[in-house]
Amino acid sequence: MSGAHAPETPEVYGLMAEFDEPERLVEVTRSAFDRGFRMMEAYSPFPVEDLDHALGYHRNKVPRTVFAGALLGGLGGFLMQCWSAMYYYPHNIAGKPLFSWPAFIPITFETTVLGGSLAAVFGMLYFNGLPKLYHPVFNAPEFARASDDGFFLCIQSRDPLFDPAETLAFLETCGPRSISVVPY
Amino acid sequence: MAETHQDSGGDRPQTPVLAPGHTYATVTATIADVVLKRPLDWRWAIGMGIGTSLLIIFTGAVANLLYMGTGIWGINAPVMWGWAIINFVWWVGIGHAGTLISAILLLLKQQWRTSINRFAEAMTLFAVACAGLFPLLHMGRPWKFFWMMPYPSTLGLLPQWRSPLVWDVFAVSTYATVSALFWYVGLLPDLATLRDRAKNKYVAMIYGSLALGWRGSARHWSRYKSAYMLLAALATPLVVSVHTVVSLDFAASVIPGWHATIFPPYFVAGAIFSGFAMVVTLCVPLRSWYGLKDFITDRHLDNMAKIMLATGMVVGYGYATELFIAWYSNNPYEEFLLLNARPFGTYSNAWRFMFFCNVGIPQLLWFPAIRRNAGLLWVISIFVNIGMWLERYVIVITSLSQDFLPSSWADYSATKWDVATYVGTIGLFTFLIFLFVRVLPAIAISEMRELVHETSHEHGAHGDGRVAVEAHGENR
Repeated sequence: MSGAHAPETPEVYGLMAEFDEPERLVEVTRSAFDRGFRMMEAYSPFPVEDLDHALGYHRNKVPRTVFAGALLGGLGGFLMQCWSAMYYYPHNIAGKPLFSWPAFIPITFETTVLGGSLAAVFGMLYFNGLPKLYHPVFNAPEFARASDDGFFLCIQSRDPLFDPAETLAFLETCGPRSISVVPY
Repeated sequence: MAETHQDSGGDRPQTPVLAPGHTYATVTATIADVVLKRPLDWRWAIGMGIGTSLLIIFTGAVANLLYMGTGIWGINAPVMWGWAIINFVWWVGIGHAGTLISAILLLLKQQWRTSINRFAEAMTLFAVACAGLFPLLHMGRPWKFFWMMPYPSTLGLLPQWRSPLVWDVFAVSTYATVSALFWYVGLLPDLATLRDRAKNKYVAMIYGSLALGWRGSARHWSRYKSAYMLLAALATPLVVSVHTVVSLDFAASVIPGWHATIFPPYFVAGAIFSGFAMVVTLCVPLRSWYGLKDFITDRHLDNMAKIMLATGMVVGYGYATELFIAWYSNNPYEEFLLLNARPFGTYSNAWRFMFFCNVGIPQLLWFPAIRRNAGLLWVISIFVNIGMWLERYVIVITSLSQDFLPSSWADYSATKWDVATYVGTIGLFTFLIFLFVRVLPAIAISEMRELVHETSHEHGAHGDGRVAVEAHGENR
């Protein structure tokens, strides 16, 4: 966050409100989105249905990455066997043709799965920007509960509509368990 | 369950998958505290002690093997596969239940899998590690294992792609990799929980590094769920393919008793059967030692017993088919081996005990009272573990020791080094399992919180995230 939207780096990362219930968090996120906030993020101890949609986030890139990875793995595995069996190391095995493709299918299947799985895990981590051991949200005093029983909404200061007093007032009307200012 | 619906007024609900009264916080605390707070338990210490002792035996057995060569094992000229391959197939099979629970039951939206999946996946990983050791050691020169992989070799050699043994290398190594990835991805949010709950700075640093900075943001969860579901979808056919390829190691040969088309499905069913038996073997003591009976309820044991019963029946059907086809084919070698050598020959005791363990004993699981009796179920699971080991023993040893020509027959008997290596891998497995329950959450915490959320919704009572499952005297 080098503060691309703000002229100078703000001292405040954002305002963090904590809620008791996932449903409440989804409602509040929706109303914040309707008010025009875009630079915000919700945090929960387990995946909450519709929370990503409430933030205006609808499709992630993981599935297509997995597809590409699986395709690459499958093609790579099959072509490697063809190349090896037909050109690099041709060998007569029980009189079978050099291009005995049915025998190449099991390994093609395995490399497809391997390619897809590696793409799923590393793609997910890459798009999530992980590993990233430090993040400003960890400065919020109650944030440890985001991995326990707290449901958080953080409206970031880089949002054009962000105003320390007004945004705070808005969050206070939403009935949070607590609100804190998240420093950088 | 059918039997409960018959009851008067149907007011006898089945045991819930999660004991009533749990909130997000209690679930987190109960599971995380096993790792972070619970003092050393004497039963854990004894288990770990046994595991470590056997592991030391294993190290000795392997050191001697590397020094002397595979001649210290009982393998001989016709029976070249011996215990090493029996143990390999046995361990790989055990691993399969973990993937079944974590991937297939996830895709089928079976809620009860939630509290046993982490644990079963760990079991998979450790079982596959034990399995992989056997073919490596059986090679005689394990330090040349990379010859099985395609790499730019100065010898100009590449693997022979038409061989099931090469398929097996790819199948098992892919399986091990994908299982490890799946397990780690599942662990990420829980590692973050441990990071946030750890009181000790260094402990927090270790878990924090492993959690890779997970912070539970909604966008992260969205990608995480996609990745997790897709991994499950990829692991589902993978688990079937692995034991299929293992069975092709046998079926693609022409040896009597091996060359059968029933092998792939029958091996896969046997794998799941033995795997669930091992999950039961491990779950029953774990849940009572660590106070996790609220999460691994009798419902779980009941369901696992039912799967054991079903897959055990498939295995029994496989045995029957083998016998029938041997008779029906009119092939003298098949007939001799399956209808004479196995039931009445040198190894007939193993064959008979295998039938008793895999076909006879599981019939007890038809009775609901037995399925819900943890102690009895544990004993049955041990029988199944033994029975499935004997199945591989019967398949490997009888077929090889008495094939086509009586002049090439030879008897097989294992040596103390075979036993030491096998027992040693049980030690390795025990060691890893006991280590795992102390350093990582044995139950997926984030998924349990989701379960709390779902169950509180199903029963229409939410508000402070309490589970309002109808409490009933059934959950002991």
